[in-house]
Amino acid sequence: MRSFFYILSAMAVMSLAYWAYQENYKTQQAVGEVKRLHRQIGREREALAVLNAEWAYLNRPDRLRELAEINFDRLGLLPFMPDQFGRVDQIAFPIENLTSLSNSVDVAGELEERQ
Amino acid sequence: MTRTPLRPLARILEARQKGENPDAIERENIRLRHEEMRDKARVRAEGRLLVLGVFFFCAFLLVGLRMTHLSGSAVAEPNNAYLGPSITAQRADITDRNGRILATNLVTNSLYAQPPVMVDRVGAAKALAAIFPDLEEDRLIEKFTGERTFIWIKRKLSPEQMQAVHDIGEPGLLFGPREMRLYPNGSVAAHVLGGASFGREDVHAAEVIGTAGVEKTFDEYLRDPANNGAPLQLSLDLTIQAAAEQVLNGGMRLMKAKGAAAVLMDVHTGEIVSLVSLPDFDPNDRPRPLTEGVASDSPLFNRAVQGVYELGSTFKIFTAAQALDARLMNRETMIDIRGPLRWGRFRISDFHDYGAQLSVSDIIVRSSNIGTARIAQQIGPARQRTFLGSLGLLEPTPVEMVEASGGRPLLPPNWSELSAMTISYGHGLSTSPMHLAAAYASLLNGGTRVMPTLLRQNGPQQGDRVVSSETSGIVRDLLRQVVVRGTASFGEVPGYAVGGKTGTADKPRENGGGYYEDKVIATFASVFPANDPKYVLIVTLDEPEVHTLGEMRRTAGWTAVPVAAEIIRRVAPLLGLRPQIEPSPASGITLTSN
Repeated sequence: MRSFFYILSAMAVMSLAYWAYQENYKTQQAVGEVKRLHRQIGREREALAVLNAEWAYLNRPDRLRELAEINFDRLGLLPFMPDQFGRVDQIAFPIENLTSLSNSVDVAGELEERQ
Repeated sequence: MTRTPLRPLARILEARQKGENPDAIERENIRLRHEEMRDKARVRAEGRLLVLGVFFFCAFLLVGLRMTHLSGSAVAEPNNAYLGPSITAQRADITDRNGRILATNLVTNSLYAQPPVMVDRVGAAKALAAIFPDLEEDRLIEKFTGERTFIWIKRKLSPEQMQAVHDIGEPGLLFGPREMRLYPNGSVAAHVLGGASFGREDVHAAEVIGTAGVEKTFDEYLRDPANNGAPLQLSLDLTIQAAAEQVLNGGMRLMKAKGAAAVLMDVHTGEIVSLVSLPDFDPNDRPRPLTEGVASDSPLFNRAVQGVYELGSTFKIFTAAQALDARLMNRETMIDIRGPLRWGRFRISDFHDYGAQLSVSDIIVRSSNIGTARIAQQIGPARQRTFLGSLGLLEPTPVEMVEASGGRPLLPPNWSELSAMTISYGHGLSTSPMHLAAAYASLLNGGTRVMPTLLRQNGPQQGDRVVSSETSGIVRDLLRQVVVRGTASFGEVPGYAVGGKTGTADKPRENGGGYYEDKVIATFASVFPANDPKYVLIVTLDEPEVHTLGEMRRTAGWTAVPVAAEIIRRVAPLLGLRPQIEPSPASGITLTSN
């Protein structure tokens, strides 16, 4: 009985050691992965910052104004002026679709006798 | 294990023969056995103690060694595997009120040289001079062949330049990573942003520090890692700022002015939506401050915040508002305006002769100096000073720019009755256009004090009451009348019910001794829509003159007002204000009690 416990505990120690060894390496691998991802995030953020800066640079008001002037023939863009505001009642009602002549119109029906 | 018998037969028989007690032998043997057992136990215990002692010694040694090691090693950052991604730029971005970028960072490289490890010093100098036209070949050769072991060559390199330098193939030319500040919009809002430069420098990194404007005011905030890269959101609107700059620039050229400033401010929140000072500069390549001459000639000078001028008749509305608020008079009270008004050796006269008397409204509408001075006489210097102080006109503005503290108003050394009379129409007290914007906003938003701010706000400011809301209403109406039938008739913008007050002040000579005859500061302080004020716009032109209708004209009504009207026409739709039909003033029927 005693030796059985000895063997059991020895095996438990060995398996725990094996487990700890494995976990240790797994953790190290995970930490390495996280570091790699952090570096990647850093690089992506840097790239994003460059793209944002470029977007802002390409959309700077001076450039947009020049582009609007260069492409005036095609786009006809003008500064936003007060008379460009409209009211809802200035918009015409949509023209109702007239039914085409070839379509038959249902004119026959049953008259109901009143009273 | 062999057991020695306690009663060995041989000895017992021997003892019996001699007649001795055999038990003595047994006891003797038991004693011996016990002694032997005791000795064994002691040795065993001693051995255990030794093992335990060695174990504890090793343990303490381990702890001690580890502690010595820790105390001796450099502090390392904890392994932040679970702190989340925290790699951000060194300095936060600055955005406008809609999140459009006004200032951001870009990673570049700097170039330095280590002559001791250089292979071909003269060749490298020649190649560098070919890449960078601003570097002189002779000076580079001199530096490379001299005693120095380390030389900075360029602070910022573009990727193309970096590749070109790389292609030289010189091992002594090295690159250091740099974060540089980029202002993608160029000169738009240059005065507000200010600029940034490098602080402490190293081969591997450099500090980016703000040198002016909000960059300097919020330097600590922008560099604080605790904000985790959250941008600083200003109250400016990039589109409106650009439009205002464009129109003001055009107006400045048309009116042949040497400088111009405009402030557009929300009357309820105190947010500055646009702040323009011309001429301006590119913050990416900030010019050096002037070392001689007048500071206001430099493009770095912010006329809207730093420039203190006598803003002329725009101050008359403060006098009228105070008199109305104190119930010294109502808007129809007639004031004697026969001139010139003499006070000691001083004479106050009007631009035109407006007759013998005018009502308070007409004094504002026609802009009568004599009338305003008479009103100020009734108010008195002490009360006037308190009132102007409550509008914030006697101390630097609290705008979040380092330059704001430089815009300290110039007060008369002795606030006499004569000072009160001249200040009532805007002479003798110099303030910046920003002061005027804040004071107009306080007067027109219903009568509570607003502080101008460059940061985006979430709601209206709850300031101290300056004037009653009725007075505020009358003031709105008076300003509207100035545009409808007074000196600012060019300020009419259909649909926006502009109200405002013109001000033309002679420029004082720099070296003292009176005023220039032909140089003025023309100001138009406007509010729109006057029936429900939302924004205040101050436009100031420095030394404008325009030749119209056969005459050289310098007054604000001919110079600043049309420019301001054009700005309102362009900017009001961008602010989301729809043109509206102005509610007609109440008809002639007045309510009376029987």
